[in-house]
Amino acid sequence: MCLAIPAEVVELREDETALVEIGGVRKVVSLMLLDGVEAGDYVLVHAGFAIERVDREEAQRTLAVLEEAAEYGPLYE
Amino acid sequence: MRYLDEYRSPALLRGQLRAIKELSANAVLMEVCGTHTMAISRSGLRPLLAPEVDLVSGPGCPVCVTSERDMGRAVALASLEGVTLATFGDMVRVPGPQGTLLEASSRGATVRVVYSPLDALALARENPDRRVVFLGVGFETTAPTVAAAVLRAREEGLKNFFLLSLHKLIPPALRALVDMEDFSIDGFLLPGHVSVVLGTEAYGFLPREHGIPCVISGFEPADILRAVYLLLRMKVEGSPEVVNEYSRAVRSQGNRKARETMYRVFREADAEWRGLGVIPGSGLELREEFRDLDAGTWDLEVPEVGERSGCRCGDVLCGRIRPPECPLFARACTPDSPFGPCMVSSEGTCASYYLYEGGERERPI
Repeated sequence: MCLAIPAEVVELREDETALVEIGGVRKVVSLMLLDGVEAGDYVLVHAGFAIERVDREEAQRTLAVLEEAAEYGPLYE
Repeated sequence: MRYLDEYRSPALLRGQLRAIKELSANAVLMEVCGTHTMAISRSGLRPLLAPEVDLVSGPGCPVCVTSERDMGRAVALASLEGVTLATFGDMVRVPGPQGTLLEASSRGATVRVVYSPLDALALARENPDRRVVFLGVGFETTAPTVAAAVLRAREEGLKNFFLLSLHKLIPPALRALVDMEDFSIDGFLLPGHVSVVLGTEAYGFLPREHGIPCVISGFEPADILRAVYLLLRMKVEGSPEVVNEYSRAVRSQGNRKARETMYRVFREADAEWRGLGVIPGSGLELREEFRDLDAGTWDLEVPEVGERSGCRCGDVLCGRIRPPECPLFARACTPDSPFGPCMVSSEGTCASYYLYEGGERERPI
């Protein structure tokens, strides 16, 4: 139930809402719980609300850490 | 999809698995969150980590921890004349003392499944002659969204929108778990989206007072394996702390606006958890100024109840047993015909074992 999905903000709308796109599907979500959202941001959407921005640099950093371990190769060939 | 697919690459998983196996550490780890449970089952991580790492599931499925008594209140509310009860999908199939909400609906109750609490507001606007009660379940991820809907109802002056708050808080439940006599978990995989709201410090007491390593983890398989690796390393090195693996979503201070919204509308109260009993300060009730919206204060006829006979959901939720150890699992209790809530919820431990970890094979033909 605590599922939250990353969605790209397409445009800001009136009344503290934004149009977002999730895997090709567009829907309007509330921005009542998150300040400073801009078009082009990725936000986590839960129960119709944006609850946080996805931080691009941190996402990249986590991937880099994971890729570093992958370079040593698999346990089972 | 962006920020999801890249964390599912098999090459990343193999690398993480190798790092884990090279530590050759034995540990029992608890994934607290039901969304983690489902992700782990679906991606087949449990058998890959065995036998060194034993992943057990915790109490982090809001549908599953809803008590028998509270399900009774929900069905009683839905059965009132002129009431429309709106809630999230899984709740309508949880059996209570008078059956499920779905069954109540077949007896004439008006029950609506909604995706967002805002949809319940829309129902109230469209049906001014009915009392629309939203049955609010969920942890810190969800409670702020319900609080926002309550504030919106107030702003609009909606007179026919009400709330039964069954919301619960994760840190008090973790405190209750570690205080149990038979508690023996070496580390917690902490819920990513609860932590989006809470931040990292809410869990500080676990390493500080109990010496338990904690990792806030994302939900993709590579995130989960990385979190397992970090937990094992802390165990081996004897240096427990709260580590944030899910830093692309979780800020150390959490989402302050979401927390402020939640506490503007709610205050902490005692709450009853299936399996864990009443935990002080682990629930959220409406503050005094929102009492007129509180369907929890309505006079209801609720049957006296105990735990469901034979159902071991309570033990599953505390990590005491695995679903196949319950005599009802895959026999009297299946996703099509669930007996206990852990088999109902799309993220219940029993449902995930049944669907993805061979439970279905155990079903007698």
